Amino acid sequence: MTAPLLEVRGLEVAFPSPAGRLAALRGVDFHVAAGEVLGLVGESGSGKSLTMLSIMGLLAPNVEVSGSVRLDGEELLGRTEAAMRRYRGRRIAMIFQDPMTALNPVIPIGDQIVEAIRIHQPGLSRRSARERAVELLSQVAIPDPRARAGQYPFEFSGGMRQRAMIAMALANDPELLIADEPTTALDVTIQAQVIEVMERLRRDRGIGLILITHDLGLVAGVADRVAIMYAGRVVEQAATAEVFYRPRHPYTRRLLASLPRFDDDVDRLATIDGVPPSPARRPPGCAFAPRCLDAVDRCAQDDPLPRRIGASAVACHRAEELPA
Amino acid sequence: MPLLLLGIVTIAFALSNLTKGDPLISIIGERQMDNPEIVAAAKARWGLDRPLPERYLRYVGNLIQGDMGISLRTKQPVARDLMDRLPATLELVIAAMVVGVGGGILLGVVAARYRNRAADHGARFVALLGSSLPVFWSGLLLLFVFSVVLGWLPGPGRLDARLTPPPGVTGFYTVDALLAGDFTTFRLALTHLILPACVLGWAVMGIISRLVRSSMLDVLAQDYILAARAKGASGPRVLVNHALRNAMIPTLTIIGFSFAYLITGAVLTETIFSWPGIGSYTVDAARSLDYPAIMGVTIVGGSAFLLTNLVTDLAYALVDPRVKLG
Amino acid sequence: MKALALLRRLGLPMIIGGFIVLFWIVVALTIDLWSPYDPFSIVGRRLRPPSDVHWLGTDGLGRDVLVRTLYGVRHSLPIALVVVLVSSLGGAMLGAIAGYLGGKTDSVIMRLVDITLSFPAILLAMAVTAALGPGLGNAAVAMVVVSWPVYARLMRAQVLTMREREHVEAAVAAGAGRVRVLTRHILPLCWSPVLVNATMDLGQIVLLAASLSFIGLGALPPTPEWGQMIAEGAVNFYQWWVALGPGLAILSVVLGFNFLGDGLRDLLDPRSAQ
Repeated sequence: MTAPLLEVRGLEVAFPSPAGRLAALRGVDFHVAAGEVLGLVGESGSGKSLTMLSIMGLLAPNVEVSGSVRLDGEELLGRTEAAMRRYRGRRIAMIFQDPMTALNPVIPIGDQIVEAIRIHQPGLSRRSARERAVELLSQVAIPDPRARAGQYPFEFSGGMRQRAMIAMALANDPELLIADEPTTALDVTIQAQVIEVMERLRRDRGIGLILITHDLGLVAGVADRVAIMYAGRVVEQAATAEVFYRPRHPYTRRLLASLPRFDDDVDRLATIDGVPPSPARRPPGCAFAPRCLDAVDRCAQDDPLPRRIGASAVACHRAEELPA
Repeated sequence: MPLLLLGIVTIAFALSNLTKGDPLISIIGERQMDNPEIVAAAKARWGLDRPLPERYLRYVGNLIQGDMGISLRTKQPVARDLMDRLPATLELVIAAMVVGVGGGILLGVVAARYRNRAADHGARFVALLGSSLPVFWSGLLLLFVFSVVLGWLPGPGRLDARLTPPPGVTGFYTVDALLAGDFTTFRLALTHLILPACVLGWAVMGIISRLVRSSMLDVLAQDYILAARAKGASGPRVLVNHALRNAMIPTLTIIGFSFAYLITGAVLTETIFSWPGIGSYTVDAARSLDYPAIMGVTIVGGSAFLLTNLVTDLAYALVDPRVKLG
Repeated sequence: MKALALLRRLGLPMIIGGFIVLFWIVVALTIDLWSPYDPFSIVGRRLRPPSDVHWLGTDGLGRDVLVRTLYGVRHSLPIALVVVLVSSLGGAMLGAIAGYLGGKTDSVIMRLVDITLSFPAILLAMAVTAALGPGLGNAAVAMVVVSWPVYARLMRAQVLTMREREHVEAAVAAGAGRVRVLTRHILPLCWSPVLVNATMDLGQIVLLAASLSFIGLGALPPTPEWGQMIAEGAVNFYQWWVALGPGLAILSVVLGFNFLGDGLRDLLDPRSAQ
């Protein structure tokens, strides 16, 4: 394997609070290669979005971030705001969950794309940037892109908005695309279009893609590798097939069990009881232990760190003994 | 809207009939009461010998023709007096609007950007001070400081008394002076305008900055702000292009609304600065109980306010693409 | 410690506002006991600058400016209180009736509100005072006329929201009469915006009253009223101290009530605090 495009190591994020420092991310490790799709999966509050924001350097200044985030070998953490601005939107681009709220409602779509282009290519004329914006819109299959560029977000349908968002993210040919729940706010039929567009990008341009989602089903079809997050840590990470056919962490297994299948009766659908612990009231041992059906005494005391088991990295004391 | 206009006229009419004594006195003045010819003419014109409803209709009828009666003090038609003085007031109010809206937006943006920090508290205090100061006092004080003590700015009035005003095209001295290519007069007219405009503008800064701050805080929490930063946009660009543009939509209402405050302030500011506009005319009219003039100003002021609301609605459509004029 | 916690909860603006307002109330109640001069008598040479005998100098007749300023609160505060009390109670009552009854009553009252609000306040106040004749009493009537509609609007909106609440519907279902439902089940929940607005309005009314007096429609000489005193100060423009005292007095009272109202809003509506 060549050097990864993005390598995240021991990423920790902590918020100051009246009750003391709250650790929201507790050592997150993963990597993405060019042309690879990594699915970052977890419930809300597991730290997926925080991970993304800290990669982009978009967290508030009073948030403590440590560890290492390397893009093509260059360290991004600890850079100044001005230095980070040269990365954002140019080498790493982002797609948000709800394109309705992530597009500025009072600026025409075309102008928003033009802005994204000209921030990083100030020398480019307004007219050429405009041409480029229209071309980008047509690449994401927006019909009649020239006319559409002059329209406002509210004049677009949901699926078109998200594709426009993707067009904007592609404005400067980024190497890495981070998509935060890009299909959650969309209808099922439109989800497929958006996924199709992202799939093509990866294939044609060799863009590395981090797909953040709580939907394991989505990941199964698109991702090369999967990282499962729970309570601010990656608890299992492996190739997609490995995770689906040989899940090693009890949490992963429970997630898989909760997926609806075609041959399932509706009432057999399993859910996971309880909610993930907030940073303020995390138990001393394994964060999943209180909800874990396989937990033993040790799990309540020792916090398991991720270790290699076969082709996977798993953070569970009992990963080997439990049947895969 | 037409209903409100009619309401304004009705109230003004009711007030003029509320005055103690013969309403005729309030139209032609006490001294003319001995002159039977004038009394008869006025009675016929305003229909004072007729019952109240008919009088009312006649009043409205005269008003539609632009007749507001004769001012007791200036002995001129009130309508003409008002037209003569309108440009001075408009020039002042527009300049004050620029100061108030510009300053209000600036203070509001600064306060939102540095929320709960020293700059926020400072900006909010400056704004609050403006809306708590009586303009008829702050005007006096600033005039004393900047004109008498420091000598930086000229005294009251629109121009030095010995200067002839520029040829009247718009009635705005600054604009007329520029049109005439007379830069000395332009500079003088502008320096005369600065102090009253600042006093008046400061008074409305508070309500504008308060709303700009709160709507900026709302907007800054939106996804598209994060998205703009994720594009690599710089802080000022995010603040102005993305945040302020959206925050201006709710702010527009208050800008229209602040016009009412501007008129209130203009009445007093013009008095302090000997500004020959409608405001000082109103005060003079009120002091000499010049009822026709007071009623005229009341009607014009109310209508102007209604007009501003209409303009505000139109401005909405310009700023917010989602609003289409239907 | 408990007192400290309470102060922290109130917040600095509210403490400052409360302090200012308290100061003026104490002055209004006790000034007769300790004032060194009479506000109406000539106590020195005219138009003297501030000195250790007359801290804020003397005015055009030789009266002490500071003493007159302090006495001024006896005109401004009571007038503001009465005006705000009458217009808030009256306006709120009309608004509640409009909101609760709806239909014709509602549209008549709200039309009146719309029309009154379409005048710039000072113009209407001037017109009313001019029609009634100058004087503080008439000015007070005029100020009630211009300030009630805001309360009617506030209260109507509140009542409309509260009317839909379940406990109100339950009371109606239980057979409670209209008056009882309104007074017992709706009104008690509607007061906080009215209270906040009334507090802020106290300052604005002090300002408006002073403005009317400044123009010559309110208090008449020789009353030591702040607006009237500033008008005298405008005549003696180069003797800056004549207008200084009353100006600062108005500023402090308006600021005080603004702070108090702001703090009150944060207390009553925790959402707007952050």
